[in-house]
Amino acid sequence: MQRSMLDYPAWVELGTDMNIYLPIAEVSVNAFLLLGLGGIVGILSGIFGVGGGFLITPLLFFVGIPPAVAVATSANQIVASSVSGLMAHLKRKTVDLKMGYVLLVGGLIGSGAGVVVFNYLRSLGQVDLMVRLCYVVFLGIIGALMFVESLRAIQRARKAGGVMPKKRKQRNWIHALPFKMRFRASSLYISAIPPLIVGFAVGLLAAIMGVGGGFIMVPAMIYILGMPTKVVVGTSLFQIIFVAGFTTLLHAITNNTVDLPLALFLLIGGVIGAQVGTSIGVKLRAEMLRVLLALLVLSVCGKIALELLIEPSELYSLAQAGAEG
Amino acid sequence: MSRFLALFFLMLMPLQAAAQDEEIVLGLSQNQVAITARFDGSDILLFGAVKRETPIPDDPLEVIVTVEGPSGPLLVRRKEQRFGIWINAASLEVDSAPVFYAVASSGPLSEVLERIENERYKITVDRAIQTVSRTVEFGNTKDFTKALIRIQQENNSYQLLENAVVVDQQTLFRTSIALPSNLTEGAYKARIFLTRDGSVISHFETTIDVRKVGLERFLYNLAQEHAPIYGVLSVVIAIVAGWGASAVFRLIRER
Repeated sequence: MQRSMLDYPAWVELGTDMNIYLPIAEVSVNAFLLLGLGGIVGILSGIFGVGGGFLITPLLFFVGIPPAVAVATSANQIVASSVSGLMAHLKRKTVDLKMGYVLLVGGLIGSGAGVVVFNYLRSLGQVDLMVRLCYVVFLGIIGALMFVESLRAIQRARKAGGVMPKKRKQRNWIHALPFKMRFRASSLYISAIPPLIVGFAVGLLAAIMGVGGGFIMVPAMIYILGMPTKVVVGTSLFQIIFVAGFTTLLHAITNNTVDLPLALFLLIGGVIGAQVGTSIGVKLRAEMLRVLLALLVLSVCGKIALELLIEPSELYSLAQAGAEG
Repeated sequence: MSRFLALFFLMLMPLQAAAQDEEIVLGLSQNQVAITARFDGSDILLFGAVKRETPIPDDPLEVIVTVEGPSGPLLVRRKEQRFGIWINAASLEVDSAPVFYAVASSGPLSEVLERIENERYKITVDRAIQTVSRTVEFGNTKDFTKALIRIQQENNSYQLLENAVVVDQQTLFRTSIALPSNLTEGAYKARIFLTRDGSVISHFETTIDVRKVGLERFLYNLAQEHAPIYGVLSVVIAIVAGWGASAVFRLIRER
């Protein structure tokens, strides 16, 4: 503790001075670094309506936070940045609350089922691999489809001289289903079944993959439910708050792995970032937003795929005993 | 009867210790490490003297110091390529491995310590790791424990500090061991061995208490003992922070 001042130059002394010891993670980390990480993820959250769990968790691993703590604490941070983003969207009236509730019902049932599936996979001992394969397959398909579609939309918009061609109302099997509901904010009149199924599927995946599921939810709302891009982001954030809040509670109670000081520093950065992100998102055109989101999804997919394909420099890894069945 | 015998041996023990020709008198810069919110590693200074009533023998005196953190089971996994992708294929559950282990010596360990003495006192880190190997699937145990030590050494959690103990006039010795910032709490065991010609002639053991204090202690206990309250508190803080930030930003924009 009594480190002599002569050993380091002054700026290093200042840097290590900002270190805080995290009681649950049991490591000492620079506070500014955590603020910055939270900020980046908050911006993405505000722009795209994704929670950012797929980004913050690996970043926290990199900083040296144990995986279990990183997963649980990032869920808590996602609650904060999503609330911050949602507030901004509520003020702009770009949230379809009714759709949000329907998705949420499906989502909560889905995450309940997901926890069961996750524990089953864990007993098989290959949960890590399953999660990664899930990521690669889903992100790859979603990202590629969205990228192609939104590029076409941009080209079409250019040909039409900046005037958007009126979107043809899709009449498919979705419209033949019963229990029709009117979603005014999305200007949709569809059955409640597809949103319930989408919510369920996203909840299931989210629980298995340990993320809020925004990056699956957003494309699903645009392409499967046909919601307008401008209400998608806010509605996604609305439902992420509940999923992430539920996840935080679950982790805190069953594993004691939520690190409050860590969450605090991340969420201070996160809530500010989310506000900045929302104002950036409003200025972007819908197609541009989709292209960027597609690129984001594809790059995350690419990174995980590379990790699976390239020989790691250290073949061995350490884990808490009992973490796997 | 057996209890009586045990008592008898207990009474005998101090006498035995006194019977050693050379005895260690140890000082510690701190026998307690408090982990506060600002904790960022800590240097422990171990110093002492050798007390003796006989003349100094001809063989040079060497000193070995070990500091060992609490132990627990650990899972070591190895990735292998299957169907073109790298997956965790084999694993070994280590029954007990310390979270921290440092060995400092006054000379190269191979010279100051006989192998047989190392077996007896379990001085080097590979002797401190216990593998009764319950779950070895493919591959042998040695590769896994070697990997465990390698990874922990890169983390600075296992340290081998040869020539780091300074011995003065065969009597005074001192060394300093840096505890890393990712310290786990518990009782840390410090051991000092005196060797001549590779054999241990005297040893001494003490503990350094490492514990969280203040806010760190409070939060840790809350998370462990009142998990539901802690969980709800975390979520509420997150919601309030999110709402607060948006309110602040609105105020800024309206101005």
